[in-house]
Amino acid sequence: MPNQNQTPATDDTLLIEIAELIVTAVNLEIPPTDIEPDAPLFGEGLGLDSIDILEISLVLSKQYGIQLRSDSNDNISIFGSLRSLTAHVAEHRTK
Amino acid sequence: MSTTTHFPLITHSSLDAAVAYRNGSVITARQFLHGAHKVASTLPEKRYILNTCQDRYHFALGFAATLIADCISLMPSSLTTETLRSLQRLAPNYITLDDDDINKRLQADTPPHQQEITKVPQVKAAQLAAWVFTSGSTGSPVPHPKRWGSLVKNVRIEGKRLGLQDGANHTIIGTVPPQHMYGFESTVLVALQSGNAFDAGRPFYPVDIHNTITATPQPRLLVTTPYHLHSLLASEIEVAAVNLIVSATAPLSKELAVEAEGRLQSHLLEIYGCTETGQLATRRPAESAEWQLFDGIQLTMEGDKVTASGGHIDQPITISDRLEITRHNHFLLHGRSEDMINIAGKRSSLSYLNHQAIAVEGVEDAAFFMPNNKTEKQISRLTLFVVAPTLDSRSLMRALRDRIDPVFLPRPIIFIDALPRSKTGKLPQAALIALVEANAEKS
Repeated sequence: MPNQNQTPATDDTLLIEIAELIVTAVNLEIPPTDIEPDAPLFGEGLGLDSIDILEISLVLSKQYGIQLRSDSNDNISIFGSLRSLTAHVAEHRTK
Repeated sequence: MSTTTHFPLITHSSLDAAVAYRNGSVITARQFLHGAHKVASTLPEKRYILNTCQDRYHFALGFAATLIADCISLMPSSLTTETLRSLQRLAPNYITLDDDDINKRLQADTPPHQQEITKVPQVKAAQLAAWVFTSGSTGSPVPHPKRWGSLVKNVRIEGKRLGLQDGANHTIIGTVPPQHMYGFESTVLVALQSGNAFDAGRPFYPVDIHNTITATPQPRLLVTTPYHLHSLLASEIEVAAVNLIVSATAPLSKELAVEAEGRLQSHLLEIYGCTETGQLATRRPAESAEWQLFDGIQLTMEGDKVTASGGHIDQPITISDRLEITRHNHFLLHGRSEDMINIAGKRSSLSYLNHQAIAVEGVEDAAFFMPNNKTEKQISRLTLFVVAPTLDSRSLMRALRDRIDPVFLPRPIIFIDALPRSKTGKLPQAALIALVEANAEKS
């Protein structure tokens, strides 16, 4: 069920929760709070690559019931930053 | 063994047979040859071509056009800035073909004599089709020549092994890129040389793989790697059945193989080979750990060195892996040489990566270390020990990104005052392990 009544507070909670999932999923040796919400997750920013994306997508599917797919047109923007990923999860989560 | 002087570009029984499927539509042999001639007519002769097409059909068109124009394909193992610099040295003025280029060249005016496709081009067996690169043990990529005849003989034997010659119209789905030697041989070339078809896409997420399988006519094959299989099986989604799963690039555990066979209602065959030799053997890991050599290939053992010869191999080639010949035409694989590393199916050597790190301005000494993590569940990343008093993680990472494929970028980087080198300058593995342990205790 898409969550219609997001408050900024729940957004932030989800943001931290997803930051923690990322750090655990791909074994980053940094605290989750070090991930800048608006910095790119790929390349120069956090430095993730396509292997990480697959790992993270797996964790997201287990935790939130989201199945990512390449043909959805906003696939690149989803992994643009922690904030965009959080927004996508908030909108599409089924659990 | 063979005195054949030419091999056809494709072996489809009719020009109306399917060569590829793209977004649900069929591309026939006639359309493929028409496109290949068209692209070839835009290429100058005797040039080097770097084919970076993401679309597998575009890649195949570019490869076929390169052959027709008597040009040579360049197949590096990565596309970092540093790799492109080395390519420019080894193959000056190479031409890059990407998806946009193919589209543009397909729209070029076709010479009148090529407008009607009536026969399949024959290519000289001795023609140099590609230079395939390995990391080597120095800082420069090492080129290996691939002649058309050798490539053809190799994938024809593969096609038989995979059961692609049974008269049915098979379609190959690949999660591996066509630029990777394994993807090149086992999704594109094997289809062209067994009269079958490939899917032009490259499904990434588990749902993508399932959707592509569902959209592909039967019989269909999934050509993939242990890393992609692991994520597919871990996703817990329903996966449509395939007729055969093919895996390569890293050994697959029996457990994962059995699970994959069950979930995809299929057999799973693994292929063994390396860039230098091409494909040499297959096995079905659910049933046996032993590899069965391709017909015509011989292995000979001298001391602890194994040499492969025969079949598609023109000159005997020494294999850097540790093999044990168990009986006629069979062997066990005991591991890769210590310098070789494999992350998610990509190969490099520690010595190559060390050269790249030391070449960064401000780096005085550096050594990569591969943690010994045997599980398939988590991909191991490299640790980099570095002596670089004037650099920080961010600036070093930026410099490394130009030189090293993303999968080999270090995670973490550990700055130290000096590496524990012996008096002869060697870096004993035990000393590195001690450093890793000391660092783990600190954090």
